[in-house]
Amino acid sequence: MRRILADALVRHALSRIGLYLFAGLMLVFFALPLLWLVLTPFSRTPAYQITAPSFTLHNFRVLFDNPFALRSIGNSLVLAGGTAVLAVVFAGTAAYALSRVRLPGRDALLYAILLLSSIVTGTAAMVPIFLMLFQLNMIDNRLALILVLTGGLLPSAMFILKDFMDSVPKSYEESARVFGASPLQILRHVVAPVVRPGLATIAVWAVVQVWGNFLLPYILLHDQAKQPAAVIMYTFYDEGGQPNFALISTFSLLYSVPVVVAYLIVNRRYGFRFQGGIKG
Amino acid sequence: MSAQTTSAPTDDTGAADASRPRRTGRTGPGDVAGLGVGRAVLFVVPALALIAAFLVFPALWTLYLGVLKYDLAGSNAAAPQFVGLGNYTDALTDPRFANSVLLTLAFVGLSAVLGQNGLGFLLAATLRRAVGWVRMLVNGLVLLSWILPGTVVVFLWQALLDRNGGTLNALLDTPGAAWTLDHPLATIVVFNVWRGTAFSMLLYSAALDAVPASHLETARLYGSGPLRTFRDVVLPRIRGHILTNTLLITLWTFNDFTPYMLTGGGPDHRSETLPVYVYRMSIEGGQLGFGSAISLIMLVINLVIALFYLRLLRRRGQ
Repeated sequence: MRRILADALVRHALSRIGLYLFAGLMLVFFALPLLWLVLTPFSRTPAYQITAPSFTLHNFRVLFDNPFALRSIGNSLVLAGGTAVLAVVFAGTAAYALSRVRLPGRDALLYAILLLSSIVTGTAAMVPIFLMLFQLNMIDNRLALILVLTGGLLPSAMFILKDFMDSVPKSYEESARVFGASPLQILRHVVAPVVRPGLATIAVWAVVQVWGNFLLPYILLHDQAKQPAAVIMYTFYDEGGQPNFALISTFSLLYSVPVVVAYLIVNRRYGFRFQGGIKG
Repeated sequence: MSAQTTSAPTDDTGAADASRPRRTGRTGPGDVAGLGVGRAVLFVVPALALIAAFLVFPALWTLYLGVLKYDLAGSNAAAPQFVGLGNYTDALTDPRFANSVLLTLAFVGLSAVLGQNGLGFLLAATLRRAVGWVRMLVNGLVLLSWILPGTVVVFLWQALLDRNGGTLNALLDTPGAAWTLDHPLATIVVFNVWRGTAFSMLLYSAALDAVPASHLETARLYGSGPLRTFRDVVLPRIRGHILTNTLLITLWTFNDFTPYMLTGGGPDHRSETLPVYVYRMSIEGGQLGFGSAISLIMLVINLVIALFYLRLLRRRGQ
């Protein structure tokens, strides 16, 4: 009896040790690359090498003096904001109509666009999209890029929002109608407030998607003054190909903070479940 | 494509609509706001127009461009030549294409199917037994590696792997080791595991939450070890999630352009996955027709994965 108890204790201790060894290993693996981002912006000698803390804010002066750095953050905001607004408005109206009115072929349509959105990715469609805008003379046109980005996000956005629209109690709309509200008024003043969490979800998701997107702005915007943050980082090198570490480190931090904040807000509001929909 | 749609079976409103009293006139049974078919079409048109212009049309155009010899510059730019399946036979006989396909298979298989899947599951299964702050800390770091912008994390990895000042060489005491040059495939595989494991971890965490604690308790009382418990109790319950997760991360990794940002496809094409190959051939090299042919192959592979995925969703929705 005593033997069995001892065995069980040993096994338990071993499994605990194994667990914390694994956790420690994972901690190192996932934290190691991030150290640079936290330390280098404040280092007096920014380089690839991580140096012992020697606090300075000088690197941020370099950042604010660069003509393209802050402007590219503004460009990212324009692209992300524009895409989010268009995606919310277009996906919202479409999802509402599809939820309430039985248009012919609706289910087939929804299935087809869902399929399409996973097949036609930015990578698989980069040649035709580049060629289309090239021939239309729309390279360096930010509105065109916003429309391209919106088109890519709409299927998933419509799908998620249709679920939200389906869950709005129809009695709300019925009573609004009894009081003489027009369909547009009902959509704006009755339906939209009820599905606001869904609309916010789509807006944040769109912003995060566009904020990090590299390939499409990289091939469609060649004018440095118009490029977003994701692309401009590749110009922060000197003639010899040596990175401008002061600039890159502070810029990386500035460019990363908004997504982390957005994530924290969303996570607090909607919990982890939302994360499933934020990416991809 | 998003995981949130996993909870959304496609045919659900029909029954609810039919149970409502029918109205007369142009408004349908579920249309309580009186939108009408006309306005409904107007509401749907802007979204569909954008989808048609930037998803449907490019896909179809790829089909057409793929049979042309069409270059961005030179004589084939002004007057593209019809070459039929010429681009496809060219691709199939090009050793660089074969190399790229093999690399893509290795990249997706090792980093997504094995790496992200396995590590994501391990993290989800083990961390729940760790004390709160350890769990929060590891969870937070895994998530951070996932949500930071791609350009930033690529630079962080360049700093980690740099020959001279890189953190890894300093830690391992291997000065001058050129990881990205000597082991380009391993570099992008490990990078992608680091970058994408969060999704699998979250999905498996949620899946494991749904395994009833009483079943685990019963298995423990009958003296079943962790491996047997996993096989007999846990696995049957999360099989659907494993399939869903594997298909999604396969699709994303297959279309991932980040390897280009990390290694540029090099050295000597040794990390040139299909997306990088398409980019270098068509946008850098200007061979738009040839690039379209390869893109079409990618679209077909995407289609196969997506069809599997949607069939899975349908079956689960029923």
